[in-house]
Amino acid sequence: MSDALSDDHDASDMSGGDDGQEDVMTPSELIGKLEEAWLNEKFSPELLENKSEMVECVMEQLTHMEANLQRVRKAVTSALASKRLRSFSLMSWRKKRKSRAEGDPSFLSPEEFAFAKEYLANTETYLKAVALKHMPPNLQTVDMPKAVPEPCLDSFVFLRVREKQENILVEPETDDQREYVVDLDEVEQYSSFNCQGASFLGSDAVVSFQL
Amino acid sequence: MFCEKAIEIIRELHRMGDGQLPAFNEDGIRQVLEEMKALYEQNQSDVNEAKSEGKSELIPTIKFRHCCLLRNQRCIAAYLYDRLLRIRALRWEYGSVLPTNIRFHMCAEELEWFNQYKKSLATFMRSLGGEEGLDITQDMKPPKSLYIEVRCLKDHGEFEIDDGTIILLKKNSQHFLPRWKCEQLIRQGVLEHIMS
Repeated sequence: MSDALSDDHDASDMSGGDDGQEDVMTPSELIGKLEEAWLNEKFSPELLENKSEMVECVMEQLTHMEANLQRVRKAVTSALASKRLRSFSLMSWRKKRKSRAEGDPSFLSPEEFAFAKEYLANTETYLKAVALKHMPPNLQTVDMPKAVPEPCLDSFVFLRVREKQENILVEPETDDQREYVVDLDEVEQYSSFNCQGASFLGSDAVVSFQL
Repeated sequence: MFCEKAIEIIRELHRMGDGQLPAFNEDGIRQVLEEMKALYEQNQSDVNEAKSEGKSELIPTIKFRHCCLLRNQRCIAAYLYDRLLRIRALRWEYGSVLPTNIRFHMCAEELEWFNQYKKSLATFMRSLGGEEGLDITQDMKPPKSLYIEVRCLKDHGEFEIDDGTIILLKKNSQHFLPRWKCEQLIRQGVLEHIMS
């Protein structure tokens, strides 16, 4: 959040002061001044000069910060949603149908599922119109989900654990290797760890990152 | 040799890397479909002959032609679907209106697929983030900072930002703008992010 504010030069320039001086204060300086004004007012036996402009500045600053925060939230949500949608493959469709049958927790939200259904239908309609209907009678269908290659589950992932994980079973990669057990310490970063399946990465205890 | 044309259209597509979309090879597809028709008809007649006259020596040839048919079908499906994936990526790259030169490379059915895809995506985006929805094609990576310094690479005219201010995007001018407003223009090559 402090990053967002420090980069936000134009918007956080505040003109403090009510007599036309162009004081440029940082948000924290402004809050400091307001606290000062409040303390002075609190301890003074009589009514002090009104600091309404300063109050207005602070209110403006708050609205602005809320808007920024909202934008950041939106941007992060957006990045996540768009990544899921852009890397959507017919593989996810297949996974979804399978997990539904087995009662697993859903990989796709209802909206994503609806999107997936439309995507599949759209693609099938297209293939039919452009090619399949011109093919011999026994070849006019293609099982798209089966036809699409699976993502490479053996790709490497860099990860770090939030809490110590004990007794993680690492499966062998080649026939010569044997499976072994590791403990993952939360301080260290593990630079090469064969991806054992989505469930491991999906758990709260594990964070993956890219160097 | 059978299936050569099918491989040829795939190779041609494969040669254009970087998500580029070459012109739709209507002629190539047509030739592969014609080959499939010929193979199928030959098989039909051989199958009838094998059944009625007991000529089981025709069976290996029948099986061979069937394999060629399956291979042609698979190649065509791969060619068409790979093009769809490239077209899909264009929605995220260019927005919902594709440049004319790209549209010329698409066949009518691909344009229709693209329209349907846009509709599905729009419906999905409307379902996010409350009543106004969320345009997820604007932010594809989480932000590092909210405002960025940009330089204008070509004249782009007037540009309105959220608070109503109008900025004149003249070539070589520099501006400090909200990142989310700039992203698409950066992708289109109008603005350049200045990293200090």
